[in-house]
Amino acid sequence: MSLDPLVLEIVLRSLHVTVGALIFSTVIGVPVGTWFALTHFPGKRIFTAFIYTGMGLPPVVVGLVVYLLLSRAGPLGSLDWLFKIEAMILAQTIIATPLIIGVTLSSVLSVEPDLRRQLRALGATRWQTTLSVLYEARFGLIVGLVAGFGSIISEVGAVMLVGGNIEGRTRVLTTAVVLETRRGAFDLALAFGIILLLVALLTNAVLVGLQGRSGRSTP
Amino acid sequence: MKAVYTVANLKQRYGERQVLDIPELTVREGEILTLVGPSGAGKSTLLRLLAFLEPPTEGSIRLTINGDAGEAPQIPVSLQRQLAMVFQRPVLQSRSVRANVACGLHFRREGDIRRRVDAELERVKLTHLADAHPRTLSGGEMQRVALARALVIRPRVLLLDEPTANLDPHNVGLIEQLVREQQERFGTTIILVTHNIFQAKRLADRVALIYENHLIEMADAPHFFDQPQDVRTRGFISGQLVY
Repeated sequence: MSLDPLVLEIVLRSLHVTVGALIFSTVIGVPVGTWFALTHFPGKRIFTAFIYTGMGLPPVVVGLVVYLLLSRAGPLGSLDWLFKIEAMILAQTIIATPLIIGVTLSSVLSVEPDLRRQLRALGATRWQTTLSVLYEARFGLIVGLVAGFGSIISEVGAVMLVGGNIEGRTRVLTTAVVLETRRGAFDLALAFGIILLLVALLTNAVLVGLQGRSGRSTP
Repeated sequence: MKAVYTVANLKQRYGERQVLDIPELTVREGEILTLVGPSGAGKSTLLRLLAFLEPPTEGSIRLTINGDAGEAPQIPVSLQRQLAMVFQRPVLQSRSVRANVACGLHFRREGDIRRRVDAELERVKLTHLADAHPRTLSGGEMQRVALARALVIRPRVLLLDEPTANLDPHNVGLIEQLVREQQERFGTTIILVTHNIFQAKRLADRVALIYENHLIEMADAPHFFDQPQDVRTRGFISGQLVY
């Protein structure tokens, strides 16, 4: 298998879906996880239990629900997203968001509780205090991003259901591996698998590198 | 002398447990008031209340600085920023000493930060550790960073919660010198919680004994130590009060 335009297109589509879903799940997950961690409200333990349960959402079930929502008869059918990239990003966002919320929650909770009080005693506003706490939780947050990236790029069930694995439109690395395996083209399936691993390795190396840099930084 | 704090009918409860009951307290502008008393008496709780870090269960705490006034539970940010508090156990951020000292100035979006931070580090004799990470510091050095972080913002009111507990005599001497200098040079009102009766004698303009969640006696330092009115104050000064 040479790196022909078709393969490159599949790699880029995988990255498109993964990065898109990661951005959405981070934009939702980090503020929600931070709010959960820093706010006291009745029923917080129950909500936390839901979040931790959501971290293990079965992707196929998420795919089925998104499929039903986006199908023509479904409540979101008018969006016309089914078997398109948008549907895949939506499903992956739903899968990754509880993970990002959960990791953010535990990272923020692991920051020394007296730090918030100390920062307020130095004149920090609530917003400045929250940002400083997030800075202290940065290592955990990067771990969350790495885990989120890994779970999205390696997911197959949901994207298969809502994307349909259509050549040139919704085929990504994982669904390509499934297709080539079914066809008996194991060498091609293995090649896609290796590309998938390399992409994941490279991206995680970049994120871990960022983690290392932030650990050494002294702003 | 003008009053910075006016406290009336202050009660603090955590659940069913009453931890503080102070009918009246006034703190004068520019003085060093030390709160002494045994562990668990309510000194640190009072300090947190005076820093507006938690709302009182009952009663009022009024802060007046340069004509601006605010009352617990919520005071304006501009007034809150006239205060700084140093905790018994310093909590530093995982960034350099210089960045830690600068954080209060960043919160206020003030200028000339580098020069001011370096000057403050020189004052607390930590210039050589400006780029160090807090995890490499000793307890005394960490406390001096925490003090520099509070002093650099030039607070009108400085609240110190046992800042020299568990420190060696060198660090104790240095911190006491900085506290005194802060009052003399900048007219800062300082409220210092301490176990150490000798420290109170060395630093205080006025002393208050907090015992079993009550303010037992408050007086000018010489009067407090030489002519205590309450039997518990006499016991505390003579070291007979068991705690």
